[in-house]
Amino acid sequence: MSDKIELPDQWHKLKQFTKARVALGNVGTGLPLTVVLALKHAHALAKDAIVTKLDIEGLKKNCEELNIPCQVFKSKAHDRLEYLKRPDLGRRLDLSSNSIDFGKADIVFVITDGLSATAVNKYAFEVLGIILLGITKKYKVAIALVEQGRVAIGDEVAELYRADFVAVLLGERPGLSSPESMGVYTTYKPKLGLTDERRNCISNIHSDGLSAIQGSTLLKYLIDRSFALQLSGVDLKIEIGDILENKKSV
Amino acid sequence: MAYRFTLGGENYRFNDLKSVMAKASSHRSGDVLAGLAASTNAERIAAQYVLSELPLTVFLNEAIVPYEIDEVTRLILNTHDAKAFEQISHFTVGDLRDWFLQDATEGQNIAVIKNALTPEMVAAVSKLMRNQDLIAVTSKIEVVTKFRNTLGLKGHVSVRLQPNHPTDDLKGILASTIDGLLYGCGDAVIGINPATDSPDVTINLLNMLEDLRLKYEIPTQSCVLCHVTSALQIMEKAPVDLVFQSITGSQKANSSFGINLNMLKEAHEATLALGRGTVGNQCMYFETGQGSALSANSHHGVDQQTMEARAYAVARQFDPLLVNSVVGFIGPEYLFNGKQITRAGLEDHFCAKVMGLPMGMDVCYTNHADADQDDMDNLLTLLGVAGCNFFMGVPGTDDIMLNYQSTSFHDALYLRKVLGKKPAPEFEAWLLKMGIMDEKGSKLNIGENHKLLANL
Repeated sequence: MSDKIELPDQWHKLKQFTKARVALGNVGTGLPLTVVLALKHAHALAKDAIVTKLDIEGLKKNCEELNIPCQVFKSKAHDRLEYLKRPDLGRRLDLSSNSIDFGKADIVFVITDGLSATAVNKYAFEVLGIILLGITKKYKVAIALVEQGRVAIGDEVAELYRADFVAVLLGERPGLSSPESMGVYTTYKPKLGLTDERRNCISNIHSDGLSAIQGSTLLKYLIDRSFALQLSGVDLKIEIGDILENKKSV
Repeated sequence: MAYRFTLGGENYRFNDLKSVMAKASSHRSGDVLAGLAASTNAERIAAQYVLSELPLTVFLNEAIVPYEIDEVTRLILNTHDAKAFEQISHFTVGDLRDWFLQDATEGQNIAVIKNALTPEMVAAVSKLMRNQDLIAVTSKIEVVTKFRNTLGLKGHVSVRLQPNHPTDDLKGILASTIDGLLYGCGDAVIGINPATDSPDVTINLLNMLEDLRLKYEIPTQSCVLCHVTSALQIMEKAPVDLVFQSITGSQKANSSFGINLNMLKEAHEATLALGRGTVGNQCMYFETGQGSALSANSHHGVDQQTMEARAYAVARQFDPLLVNSVVGFIGPEYLFNGKQITRAGLEDHFCAKVMGLPMGMDVCYTNHADADQDDMDNLLTLLGVAGCNFFMGVPGTDDIMLNYQSTSFHDALYLRKVLGKKPAPEFEAWLLKMGIMDEKGSKLNIGENHKLLANL
């Protein structure tokens, strides 16, 4: 009976060209129930990803294993609700609990939850692990774990360390097809009040997007280029395809 | 000038006109974020009382963003239709609300005064109107526009087919486009948001859509939603039907989008000169959305709904084919939940329509907003009843490039069916000819050998 009610689309071959939800079939004007439930599940995963927490203990342990100094911070947004409603608070550190001298670092990697802590819990050290050993020979490196942070909070963290370069690794807004996606924003000579045109961005690091290896290749490229040219942002053009392509042929 | 009002034994004071406007707005997170919202529910109603008694002339005498520093304000005041305004010059904002609603006021009557209405007047009156009022008034209005088909006719509703792909893959985009066409979508435009603003990519996408359109003689238009400067750059060598731009309500905010009014004028003139339309030549497509000025820190202390209405003054200067607000895309810090998105969508549609624009809506939400598909069903249905010109059509609601949920091809089937609305007439004829739909708007059972599926 369901064969007659639910009309599958006869163009499944379109699915080979895109991950968009094509050829879904229909029941009257509606979607087939299996599709409705799959969409609701994807939405549920995305919603759940937003409220997950940064795995402070696990990330600290990663830092210890790599022998990188690590500090934990909080933003001024004290819970998820405040974080969602007040982006301004997520861009500033709540420093009431930290008042120590952090010393000087050349590069600070800021790992923060953004909109999907699961993404950074999963991918931050997959990306960093690949490049840290090489970088630490040349630069003094520190890692900051920040709860409830947004991209610009990296500027304030960097000021504490008097760092020349900051890379903020954070969870991107979850999509239905990518609930765990990490982005990396890099800034040369970061300071409070900078705007986004001064940053470079690597987006979509997740299981169906850029791999951790590709992400780390791009991050390493941005670090090298930023220090060489002493700049970041719109003036530093990156052709992601070319860089990844060159890497393959090496 | 400060405004005072006593309500229920409480005295309220509002510093200036824009403060009355902001505090009269229904609650939304963006106005709270900007520090502009009413601090209590009662204060909001006091502001609405004040607003209801203000004469419309106030908005001609007091610019909420200074004339001297803002070209959008200058555009609004310099293009005001003083002659048409004579008919309503004695109105208060409350009178305007009543005039809109009364049975004797029909769509044509509203069209006559559209250029006498400034965005601020329209935003003000919308703040006094319930959702039902916003729907009742716009359902009277018909704004028809033409390029290769006729959009906005009463009894019709159109769809922008939005076949985005995260890497602008031509075959991927073509696959989503064909899926949408087979669901009867694409009469408003086949419009791609490119993942990158690269001229070569844009040209390839436009050529691909042009080939498809010519091969199957599809009576519609295409657009790659690149920056207006990119479109100008490529229109010599690529088939550009419509030029797109995101716009907002202040000069400073538009400048953060890399545009100004002169650039839009130049783009409009250049696109008109291409003359690619057949039944008409309205060739601009604009997107807007509440909160965009605030997010560019260029809102001048004005609430987000009023700033949004000011964007419509920019849009109507360039006689667009299509305008839509991307209402739920901006995120929960501006529109927190389904209720706020719904209200904003109805306000945006109302303000644009009474100002004479061919308004559509991207009924949408992001996953960090407190909203879901049920909220979208509600807003889609409400706006369908309100006579919204067009909606988005995304495969299965999931835009895999922009990572948000909009309305789907199926939603278009649903809306047309429950409201008895049809696609644009030329496009409907094509759907019948192609064996995609029947006269009742039901999707036909299409076999794997259908023409559109050949050569993939």
